[in-house]
Amino acid sequence: MTKSVRIGFIPLVDAAALIVAVDKGFTAAEGLDVTLVREVSWSNVRDKLNIGLFDAAHLLAPVAIASSLGIGHVKVPIVAPFNLGINGNAITVSPALHSALMEEIEGDPFDPMSTAKALARVVGKRRRDGTEPLTFGMTFPFSTHNYQLRFWMAAGGVDPDEDVRLVVLPPPYMVDSLANGHVDAFCVGAPWNSVAVDLGVGHILHFVADILVRAAEKVLAVRQNWSEKNPDIVAALVRASVRAAEFIEIPQNRGEAARILAQPERIGVDAEVIQRTLDGRLKIAPDGTIRENSRYLLVGREGAGRPDPVQAAWLYAQMVRWGQTALSPDALSTAMGVFRPDLYDAAVGHEAKPSETSGAVGAFAGPPFDANDIAGHLKAFAIGRWKP
Amino acid sequence: MSAEQSPRIVIVDESPIRAAILQEGLREAGYTGVVHISEMHSLLARIYALDPDVILIDLENPSRDVLEQMFQVSRAVRRPIAMFVDQSDAASIQASVEAGVSAYIVDGLRKERIKPILDLCISRFNAFAKLQGELERTKSALEDRKVIERAKGILMKVKGLTEDEAYVLLRSTAMREKKKIGEIAQSIITASEMLK
Repeated sequence: MTKSVRIGFIPLVDAAALIVAVDKGFTAAEGLDVTLVREVSWSNVRDKLNIGLFDAAHLLAPVAIASSLGIGHVKVPIVAPFNLGINGNAITVSPALHSALMEEIEGDPFDPMSTAKALARVVGKRRRDGTEPLTFGMTFPFSTHNYQLRFWMAAGGVDPDEDVRLVVLPPPYMVDSLANGHVDAFCVGAPWNSVAVDLGVGHILHFVADILVRAAEKVLAVRQNWSEKNPDIVAALVRASVRAAEFIEIPQNRGEAARILAQPERIGVDAEVIQRTLDGRLKIAPDGTIRENSRYLLVGREGAGRPDPVQAAWLYAQMVRWGQTALSPDALSTAMGVFRPDLYDAAVGHEAKPSETSGAVGAFAGPPFDANDIAGHLKAFAIGRWKP
Repeated sequence: MSAEQSPRIVIVDESPIRAAILQEGLREAGYTGVVHISEMHSLLARIYALDPDVILIDLENPSRDVLEQMFQVSRAVRRPIAMFVDQSDAASIQASVEAGVSAYIVDGLRKERIKPILDLCISRFNAFAKLQGELERTKSALEDRKVIERAKGILMKVKGLTEDEAYVLLRSTAMREKKKIGEIAQSIITASEMLK
């Protein structure tokens, strides 16, 4: 019997596995009749999932955790049986900020420590000159973008709450805001960084893969009680998503995947721009400079689809570091419990072998992340709102 | 209701008609301090300047995520702002999300003062959606009629039919193919344009 499932998503390339699973008929092959609903804000996706207007959603990994902990909003326990993407974001800066950074930089411009230190010098200079602080756009208070920007700049000595302004902007408004000077930089997912470069209004300064080797980005999220009542649907969704992720990662399928994603009712931008992201081959400057990184966005490779609770712990640690919540062992275990490799394994019918890089975050600064000692880990960072 | 008691309400909505409908409803109910923001640029700065007690925003508005920033501990926030209802009031959340509106309330505003605002907001949003739905249906019915007239003309000319015969042919084809008569008419127009 066919089961109807409503799934909300935001038009971003990291919804790829979900969209391809539906549009290539992988969910139908699992006996699911999926309706994908395109949304305009993460708040809408969260609320519609929480109250049951959606059965599942393409969701920012930190929102799934915040919702389960009841931080900033109504508490609704969420579980993630599938990880929709690892990495995939980038930091894009205006041409003016780019030249200011390149004047100050010492060392490799792709090394995030060099750029973060250059940023600290630019910020210091602006302060001395009495110029307005720089403004950085990100997508949501509980977003990987927020934490990645903060992690990067704080490593260079820039306090994200004191030295610059961080503002939430809906992704489709990012490029305009950069063009008209409302922000000096932003951190967002694909395709918006490429769109800014193509329009000549931005330079991609960093791929998130420069900052963190492995960063869980979006998850397939369902309400915990719904997943308990509908284990078969959850398993079918996971299998269809795994199949789609594998399909997307085969290089000769990328063109077809990009065309599916480019549809107006899906992401609605040029297939060519989408394919750049999938291939990890991006134009980073208006002059046409290309930069390649095969780990730009992982959809199915390196076990990307299998939720990794260590990633949830890292995201929770960032919430603590930036004062969004207090540190508590119970909350940590709730956060880690949102990511459910067991549901993934049950769906695919065997215990997936964790890849070599799973369990690791691989940040460019600070000690290796230890989920068992978050307090000890956070003590290593000079800038932050959390005090032991 | 005196001016001191009337909470300051900000409506964030890019639809001027819907905002006007809501604004009028709130004024009729005695809420005097109602301001409409339709420009999304510098939204937070404008909201902080107005310092409202209640913010109403439509769910089609991507800037809703901008408002979520107000929950954050920040120097910019003068007063803490909370989601409109407490955890126990799931029915209110459901009704408002279904109506397509969300509300943010400054902490400390009593629940019984919020409820009538929210109820009014939900009913006005629903009324607007109904109105819009009727408008859409009227528009598409008009469109269909135009398309059917053109298709009939083509059939009369090409097949030498009378107007009634052309209509009967359209209708019977639509029934046989389980499609709308407007769709069949449209495909006749498309085909005849291609064969020109």
